[in-house]
Amino acid sequence: MSIDTAPSAGATALDATSNVGTRRDMLRRLMMTVGPILVALVLAGCILLVVGVDPLAYYGYVLEKGLLSPLGIQQTLTRMAPLLFLAAGLIVAFRAGMWNLGGDGQFLLGAVTAAASAPFFVEIMPAWLALFCAFLAATLVAMIWSLVPALLRAYQGVNEIITTLMMTFLGTSLANVLVKLVFRDPGTTVPQTRTLPVEDRLPRLFDTTITSGLVLGLAAIIIVHLVMTRTAFGLKLRVVGANPRAAVHAGLGVPGLTIAVFAISAGLAGLAGAVDIIGVQGNVRADWNPAYGLAVIPAVFLARMNGFAAIGFVFLLSVLSIGGESAARRLGVPNHFTLVLVSIVLIVLALAEYVDHRYNQSRKA
Amino acid sequence: MSNTTPSPVGDIVALEGVTKRFPGIVANDSIDLSIRPGEVHVLLGENGAGKSTLIGMLSGLQQPDEGRILVDGKPTPITSPRQALALGIGTVFQHMMLVPTLTVAENLLLGGPWWQRPRTEELEARVAEISKSLGIVVKLHARVSELSLGEQQQVEIVRAMVRNSRLLILDESTSMLTPQGIEELGALMRRLVEQGLAIVFITHKLKEAAAFGDRISVLKLGRKVGEIPPERFRALGEQEIISEIVELMFGKRKDDPEAAERPLGSVRAEAAPLLQVADLEVAATENAPGLSAISFDIRPGEILGIAGIDGNGQKQLAEALAGQRAATGGSVRLAGAAIETLSVSERSRLGLRYLTDDRLGEGTVGTFPVSINFFLKQVGAAPFWRNGVEQRTEIDRRAGELVREYDVRTPSLKTPVARLSGGNIQKVLLARELAEGAKVVIFNKPTYGLDLANTLASRQRIGDAAQRGLAVLLISTDLEELLSICNRIAVMANGSLVGTVANAEDARTRVGRLMIGLAA
Repeated sequence: MSIDTAPSAGATALDATSNVGTRRDMLRRLMMTVGPILVALVLAGCILLVVGVDPLAYYGYVLEKGLLSPLGIQQTLTRMAPLLFLAAGLIVAFRAGMWNLGGDGQFLLGAVTAAASAPFFVEIMPAWLALFCAFLAATLVAMIWSLVPALLRAYQGVNEIITTLMMTFLGTSLANVLVKLVFRDPGTTVPQTRTLPVEDRLPRLFDTTITSGLVLGLAAIIIVHLVMTRTAFGLKLRVVGANPRAAVHAGLGVPGLTIAVFAISAGLAGLAGAVDIIGVQGNVRADWNPAYGLAVIPAVFLARMNGFAAIGFVFLLSVLSIGGESAARRLGVPNHFTLVLVSIVLIVLALAEYVDHRYNQSRKA
Repeated sequence: MSNTTPSPVGDIVALEGVTKRFPGIVANDSIDLSIRPGEVHVLLGENGAGKSTLIGMLSGLQQPDEGRILVDGKPTPITSPRQALALGIGTVFQHMMLVPTLTVAENLLLGGPWWQRPRTEELEARVAEISKSLGIVVKLHARVSELSLGEQQQVEIVRAMVRNSRLLILDESTSMLTPQGIEELGALMRRLVEQGLAIVFITHKLKEAAAFGDRISVLKLGRKVGEIPPERFRALGEQEIISEIVELMFGKRKDDPEAAERPLGSVRAEAAPLLQVADLEVAATENAPGLSAISFDIRPGEILGIAGIDGNGQKQLAEALAGQRAATGGSVRLAGAAIETLSVSERSRLGLRYLTDDRLGEGTVGTFPVSINFFLKQVGAAPFWRNGVEQRTEIDRRAGELVREYDVRTPSLKTPVARLSGGNIQKVLLARELAEGAKVVIFNKPTYGLDLANTLASRQRIGDAAQRGLAVLLISTDLEELLSICNRIAVMANGSLVGTVANAEDARTRVGRLMIGLAA
C-alpha cells in the first residue's frame, strides 16, 4: 500500500515556480517548432539538388518575392486574409475534436454566394450595408451546407471526416454549377459571375494593395482564440473535444454544441470565401478552386490550434505560396513544390514530437 | 473432473511474490501461483481484482515490478508476447483477436515468416489431428465473420494448440457465450487438460469456477486471498465450494484495518425520503444489462448500499439516476419533484450528484488543469464565469480553498489532473460533487483502486455527507465497505434488486446469501 507523501501546498506559493516552468516550456516548444522547420528546409533543399535546382536560389527567390519586395509582401499580406478566416474556423472545430475537412466546399459556396449577392446588393443599398449583407449571406449558406455532416455526427455518430470530405466534393461541384447556370454574367463569354466594381470592394489599407480583409481576418482569429480559451462556451467546446464522455457526464448538451461547432467553423470558411471575393477577386470564375482549405490544415496543426501561433504559420504559408509561385516560374520547379515543402515540415515536426515523447518517457522511467 | 491423483508433477509456470504497481494502484500484491499440467486453474475475482494484470504478465505484455516468474522451474523473464508463445504460453483474450474478413485457415497461418509461402497442407493435417483429439469440428475454409462466437473461440484455442502451447490462458472466455456455448467450452477444457495441458481460466462467475475448475485462486484488490487446492476441491460439493468462495471474496479478514465498528448515524424515520425510485426500468444494450423494477427510498442522512457482483447493472442504475442513460419506465423523485424526464444538468441543478467510478474516462478531463476540473459541472455559472467570460482569479481562489479543504495533493492548480494519483483525482471529484448544493449523492465504487489511506478518507467523506443530511446511495463491490458505513444494504443481481437488509449484526451473512442467489 502506498501512501501519498507529496507535500500538500497552497496554490499561491506554487504559482511562481509554475510560471518559470511555463516559460521554459514555451522556449522548449519554440525550439521544437523552429528546429524541425530548419531540418525540413535542408531536406527540401536536398530534393531540389536532386532535381538539379540550386536550393539557395530557390529559397532566395521565395524570400525575395514573398517577403522582401514591396509588391510581394503586399501580395503575401493580402493572401493571408482568407487563410486567416479558414484557420479560425479550423481552430474552433479541431479544439472541439471535430475534424471539419470540408473547408474548400464551404469556402467556394461562400465565395459564390458573395459574388452573386454583392453586385445585387450594392445597387439597392449603401455600399457598407451591401457588403455586410453579402458577408452575412455567404456565412449563412456555408452554415447550411455544414448541417448534413453536423446532424449526422450529432445524432448518429457518423464520422465527420468522411462526411465533410464528401460534402466538399459536392460543394465544389455545386459552386461550379451555380456559376455556370445560375449566376453567370451575361455580359461576358467566359463563364463567371458578375464582377463587383473595384470601388465597391473592401477598401485597401492606406496607399498599398493590401486588402482590409486582412484586418478582419486578424480580428476573426483573435476573437476565436479568446472565445476558445477565455469563455464558458469555449471551455464547453474544449471539454467535448478533449473528453466527450466527460462532457456527457458533466451535463453538456453535446449534440447542440456539435451543431454549433460545425456552424461556426463552416460560417468562418464561408466568410473566408466572401472576403477573398469582396476584397480581392471581385467575381468567381467557373472551375476556380484555390484549395486554401486543405493548405491551411497543416498550418493550424503546426500552431497546435493556438490562434496567435496560427497567425504566424499562416503568414509563413502565404510567403511560401506567393514566393513559391514566383520561384517556380523562374527556376522551372513545379508550382506544387510549396506543398512538398509544407508536408516535409509537417512530417519532420511529427517525428520531432515522437522523439521528444520517447525521450520524456525514458527520462521518467 | 479428473480423478488421477496428481503425482508430484512440477509446475509448468509458477509465480513467486509477483507485484505490479501502476500510478496510485497496486494491481498485484506479491502473488504466488502454481500452474500445473492437467489442471484447470481458475482465477476468480471482481473487475479490478488484478486478473488482467496477472494475465498481462504471463503473456509478456507487462513486466512484474517485484518477484519472479518460473517456467519449468527456472526463473524466466517473459519480455514479449512472442516470447510467451515460444515458451508455450498461449492466451485467448476476452475480446476476439481473429480477423473477421479472413478465413479460419488464413487466420491460423498469420504470424508465419513472411518470406515463405503459407504451409496450408501442413496446417490442415495438424488441425485435423488436433480437432479429432478434442472432438470438435473446425471449418477451415469458412470466413471468421460467419462463425458464432463459440466457434471463434474454438478457433482461437486451436490456434494456441497449433503453436504447441502447453499452457492455455482463457481470459473471461465465457462472458460472450450462450449457456450452451459455455457448457461446450467446459467440456473442451476438460479434454484439453486430459491431454496434459495446463489451463488458466479467468472468470468472475462463481458457478463456472465451481463447475469447470480443479484448483481455484481468489484475487481481491490485487491480493490473493485464498486458494482451494484440487484435493479439497474434489472433496466438496458445488454449493460448498461456492459458499467457500463467497467467504473468501467477501468474508471478513482478521486484523483488517478497514473493519471499523459501525458508527451508524441515526436516521429519523419520520423524515420524508429525499430520493424515491419506483419501478425504474432500463432496456438492456449489447454490452450492458438492463434494469427491471428497481424501487427504493432514501431519507435524509441515510446511506443505502448497493451490493452485488460487478456488472449486474450497478453502473446502469447510477447512470439512469444521473440522467446519462435513458430510462424506459418508472419514476424518480428528488425531494418530491419528478426528475425522470430531466437532463443531466437539470438534475444536477436540483441537487443530484453522481460521483462516477470512471474517474479519468468520464469524471475528469485529464489534460485540463486541476482548477478547471473542480468546475466542469458548473461551466458558465457565476461567480466563476461572468457573462460567459472566465474569471480566473475567482476560479483559482475557490479551487485553492477546495484543494486545502479536501487535502488534494497537487504540485499546482495548473497541473493536468491526470498527473495526480488515483486517490487525489478522487479527492477532486469528491470536492466537486460534495461542495455546494448537494442533496442526493450517488457514489459508484468510490474507493475502487485506492490505497488504504485514501480509502479511509473517502469513506469518512461519505459518512460526513450523510451526517450533513444528504441522502446517499453507495454502490460498491466491497462488502466490507458497505457494512462499515451503510444503514441498509440492497443486493443487486441481473439488473434488479433481489433484497434489502438492515445493516444489523447478521447483515454479512444475509447479504452474502442474497448474492449467491439464496433468500435472505
